[in-house]
Amino acid sequence: MKQKHIFIVAAVLLLVAFVTGSYFYKKQQTEQAAQLAAKNQVALVRPDAPSFGNADAPVHIVEFFDPACETCRDFYPMVKALMAEHPGKIRLTLRYAPFHQGSEAVVKALEASRKQGKFEPSLETLFASQNVWVQNHVAHAELIGPLLAPLGIDMGRLQNDANAPEVAAIIARDLLDAKTMNVTKTPEYFVNGKPLPSFGFDQLRSLVGDALLASNSK
Amino acid sequence: MKTSPWAVVFSAWLIAATATMGALFMSDIMGFAPCVLCWYQRIFMFPLVLILAVGLFPFDPKVLRYALPLAVGGLLVAGFQLLLVAGYIPETLTPCRQGIPCSTVQVEWLGFVTIPLLSFLAFLVINALLIAAYLKTSK
Repeated sequence: MKQKHIFIVAAVLLLVAFVTGSYFYKKQQTEQAAQLAAKNQVALVRPDAPSFGNADAPVHIVEFFDPACETCRDFYPMVKALMAEHPGKIRLTLRYAPFHQGSEAVVKALEASRKQGKFEPSLETLFASQNVWVQNHVAHAELIGPLLAPLGIDMGRLQNDANAPEVAAIIARDLLDAKTMNVTKTPEYFVNGKPLPSFGFDQLRSLVGDALLASNSK
Repeated sequence: MKTSPWAVVFSAWLIAATATMGALFMSDIMGFAPCVLCWYQRIFMFPLVLILAVGLFPFDPKVLRYALPLAVGGLLVAGFQLLLVAGYIPETLTPCRQGIPCSTVQVEWLGFVTIPLLSFLAFLVINALLIAAYLKTSK
């Protein structure tokens, strides 16, 4: 039947146009992101940002994250495990991207906990109890005090530090850097300055694998 | 030349399918967040692809009765958004309070082609085609 053929050909053509269009658009976006990252290494690597692992590691992961972000919480142990698989080879630097409503106050407390040497336990506690203080994608900073206090943090000092202008300045700078790097979602990873081709842990793992290979052959 | 009602409805389907693909491309591939009014237009546009396709095999003129309300509804919402973008309707009267304001112009091709304009044109042509097919078949 002729009408049926016309219909099927049209439907297939539309689908093919959609798929090829998506492919070329994604490819172009990836290339642009890579160029952007290459041009803006200063905005990506800030020496004073919190960092884990060997400072001279050949592979440097920079992660833009939000403590209120569920995917950041889920990825954190996976990235830690990846680092443990390659001891001394991977360094992880965290950059703040508090995109959730109310999250900025939580990041301030987190940054203030760093002054007391409690960044890592604070971060892990916040992630572990995320469903206590994040409700319907809104972060409630007033709920994190009782969670952080048992870590041996001087809460009075924490509050003072969290309100310091330099903490606000760090967050503002990180947000600006996120904008420069075109980071609109969290978590966003850069491995030795290269963005993920598409989002996913496997993509992160393979990008890290490539960077490890490249550093071994040097 | 005499065009069959089938060809007219098929053309309407083609436009609806293209608009649907375009909308999905812009939201899912290009990453534009759809505003509330865009969602309402999607609610009118997406079912047309299925309803018109069902009406084509075998050709059933009744499909026009089912498709036209959707096409008219979509045209009204698209027209409303065009007026909103042009500034004839103040933003405060719109249902968009969260997320992307519907008066934000996310794309402007050739200096005047915006997403709401494309949507409006698609609904306009679909309406015209469906009415034309209706007149043809009711004769």
